[in-house]
Formats: sequence, C-alpha cells, structure tokens
Amino acid sequence: MRDVAIIGVGATKFGELWNKSFRSLGIEAGMKAIEDANLSGDEIDGLFIGNMSAGRFINQQHVDALIADYSGMVTNHIPATRVEAGGASGGVAFREAVMAVASGIHNTVMVGGAEKMTDLDDASINSVMDATADAEWEAGMGITLASNYAMIARRMIHDHIATREEIAAVSVNSHFHGALNPGAQFRKAVPIETVLKSGAVATPLGMFDCAPISDGAAAIILCPLEEAKKHTDSYVKVSAVAQASDTLALFQRDCITEFKATQAAAARAYEMAGITARDINVAEIHDDYTVAGIMAMQDLGIYKTGEAGKAFLNEETHFDAGNVAVNTSGGLKARGYPIGAAGVAQIVELTEQLRNSAEVRQVKDAKYGLAQSAGGNGSAVTVSILEVI
Amino acid sequence: MASVAKEWREIPGRYNLQGTKCENCGKIYFPSRSFCPKCRRDSIGKMTPVKLDRKGFVYTFSVVHEAPDCNNRQKPYAVVMVKTSDDILLSGQLVDVEPENIEIGMPVRAVLRKLDADGPAGIIHYGFKFVPDY
Repeated sequence: MRDVAIIGVGATKFGELWNKSFRSLGIEAGMKAIEDANLSGDEIDGLFIGNMSAGRFINQQHVDALIADYSGMVTNHIPATRVEAGGASGGVAFREAVMAVASGIHNTVMVGGAEKMTDLDDASINSVMDATADAEWEAGMGITLASNYAMIARRMIHDHIATREEIAAVSVNSHFHGALNPGAQFRKAVPIETVLKSGAVATPLGMFDCAPISDGAAAIILCPLEEAKKHTDSYVKVSAVAQASDTLALFQRDCITEFKATQAAAARAYEMAGITARDINVAEIHDDYTVAGIMAMQDLGIYKTGEAGKAFLNEETHFDAGNVAVNTSGGLKARGYPIGAAGVAQIVELTEQLRNSAEVRQVKDAKYGLAQSAGGNGSAVTVSILEVI
Repeated sequence: MASVAKEWREIPGRYNLQGTKCENCGKIYFPSRSFCPKCRRDSIGKMTPVKLDRKGFVYTFSVVHEAPDCNNRQKPYAVVMVKTSDDILLSGQLVDVEPENIEIGMPVRAVLRKLDADGPAGIIHYGFKFVPDY
C-alpha cells in the first residue's frame, strides 16, 4: 500500500444557490481543485463522487456519468463512481478514492462531493433526509431523523451527559466559525439564547440545533505521496481513512447516547495513523444536529463522556483557544449541509488548516487534522486523519 | 404510492408486534431477523417468532413539529422510544396524551392505530402506536 497525499482542494460557497445547477456546482469545485493542484486535468485517471440523493432532489440518477461528462473527463473515458452512504456519502467517497490510489489501481484521482437540495420543496427534502433512517420501522412510523436526534438529546440530558445549554453551545461554536469563513452559508455569530429560543423542530431541539438545507460542492485531488512534490509544494498526507457501520434503526442499539460506529472508526484511524486522540489539533465533525457534535467529540475519545458539552460551552473549541479546534469551517450547521458535499468539504477545510491557508480562522501549528462524517443516526461513519508532512 | 404487497407482508410486525427470538442465546429481535447477528451460523433454523409484550415505559421522547407531508395533518405529534417488559427498545408515536404530560419512565402500551394513508384512493397504513397505560 502506498502513502497518499492531497495536492489540491476546492469548494463552492455553500447556501441557497438559486442561480446554480447541480452540474455547475460540481464543475466549479472540481476546476478549483484542479487549478489548486497545478494540473491540466489530463493526469486524472479516476473520479469518485459523494452524492446522497440527486435521484430525489433533482430527479437525476447516474450522476457519476453526468459529473464525468461535464467536468470534461469523458474525453479520456476515465472511470467515474458515485458513492452513497446517507450523510456520510462524502466521507465514504473520500475513503474509496484514497484506497484506490493506495492500492496502485489509480494514480491521480479526483474526489467530488455535491448536492443540490433547494430545487425541491422543504417537506419533500425532509422526507429524503428521513429515508436515511429505517424507512420501514422508523420513518414509516412517524419518526423523523431530527426526532431520533432529539430523543438522543432528551436521554443525554436525563442521564446528565450534557445539559440543554451545552448541546446548544455546539451550534454557537459552529456559527462563531461560520462568521470567519467566506464560503459559509451563515456568516453570523449567534448567542446561545438564539439557539435555545429557536422554533421547535423536534423537542428539545429547535431550528438552530439543525443543519440547514444547502446547495454546494467540494473537490479534492489525490496522488501518491512520493509524487506530490512534482505538482505542488503545499500538500498534506492522508494518514488514515477508517469506516465503520451500525444498525440502520436507532432503536436497535443497546445505547443511544453514543455512536459505536464513530468509536470503532476512530480506533482504527488512530491505529492506522500511529497516533492517539491527544495528538489531534483540529477536527471537523458531523454536527447535522447539535447533539451529534457532543457525541462525536466523546466517541472520538477527544473528550470523556460528560466533558464535551462543557468544552463547547466554555469556548475551548474555538480555533484560537489552544485546544482541539472544532469545526473551524463553520461545520454542517453554519457552513451548510449539502449532504454529499459535506464529508468532502471537511477534508478541504482540514487541508486549508494544515497548509496554513485558513486565513482569519487559522489554527496555530496544527499537525494532525481529523474529520468525522456520519450517515443517518451513526449507521455509517468515516474517520479520516490528515497530517502535515 | 406503495404496493399492497409492501404493506401486507409486514402485518405480523406492524399489527401484532411479532419479532423473532434466537433460541441459541435467547435474545429477542424486533423487527424479525432471519438469523441472530451475535450467534450467526449457530442461530440458523433456531429463530422462532415471538410476540413482544405490549407494555413498557417511555425511555425517551420528542414532540415533532417539523415533518414530511405524510404526517403533516397530525403536527405536532409525539414520538417515543419504549422499553418493553421484554427489555426490547421500540420506536413509535405516543397518542392520547398532551405533550406536556409526557415524561421519561411513564408506563405505556402498544395499540393498533391508523398510521397514514396514501391519498384518498390509496392504501391506509395501520400499525402500532403507544398510549398511556395508567
């Protein structure tokens, strides 16, 4: 197995991008990444795309072919593969691409993530999201994805793992960083009262506990580490790509206040990278709902159970606090959550941080970056670790 | 719109809370599974149908204010995770109670109710919901 490097990244702005289509978003992100990697495009021999549900959002299946076509890749007839794993689609696409380069089957690969959500009405979008839970035994019974996270939050408060305020602080942290990211959907810091008083979605969670509906795309170029220098001086090493699964339905687990899939993927990732949770300097975590942010930081082993919420509330997670900086991009909550793009955009942010190009939100002296991407209620989780080399 | 067959084949679970028990280790699964994920090969041929106890208590809950169209006319509605007397966790709606009166630990039981309908001419979906069990 070869070591793999990231030699270029690019992302569109995330948001309600009424004037941009699915294909134009994908192309914009891809072109930025190719330019960033100093490539012509001809070097790319494989394409992996994270996309959750173009079939339901824009009535387009077969987006592998669509992206390959409109990115100009079909002239060389390179293979294009679309990956779906609910909210973890982007994270899994990244892992598949890294494995393809590591194995030697591919050499220079583009990973794209894209989702165009706002062409559909809100109620239908909710129904697509809920289909990432168990469609038969959860969504079909009236359980929404948000209500599953809300039930986790309720139990977490009951079991004294986190307070309502600590859970809300995850959103405050993401908005704090979103204000510093020109590509974020929401560029405004919010006080905790705004989160606590926001309209109910599924009690105890309100609108400010939930990531928004977004359009957007992100892209990454990978190549073998030993060839990275040929293209650019600013590259980072992919030290680990791990993935784990769990039951589709939340109610089938012994414990609902932790995600075993995050724990399993994290353990594998730390082993692959030869580090521990203590070595992580900057983390991008899947805060599609605030409570998921608390779980992520605990399941990753960065904080002990009962401690993550305090860290968010005490602003220890800020980019300049000197601890593990969390969601410096604004996270899913403030940067935006175009589903298939989210896991790829996390890697884009970590790359920016590790090569010191994150501008006003730059984390000082970061060596290791970690991304956690989750599908449904933690039914598929990827944990990736990037390293300054 | 769902086919009749899709609805019909789930009747044992949806109407009657029928799951399966692994006779090798004794664990009960809901919905039904064809083998036990823990015992795997040793459980083949030893998974027997079992009806869950309809009584249990609220393990956690939420009141849903935002939901897809299919549930819209009922908004807001309460959903619960219930731990049955067989120690099985189930998810479903909790009805016949004001949301402010729901609390963790309250006793409930499963009853057969209408869940949803596919428009005026489509299938009516039935299944279990929970009600307070005072």
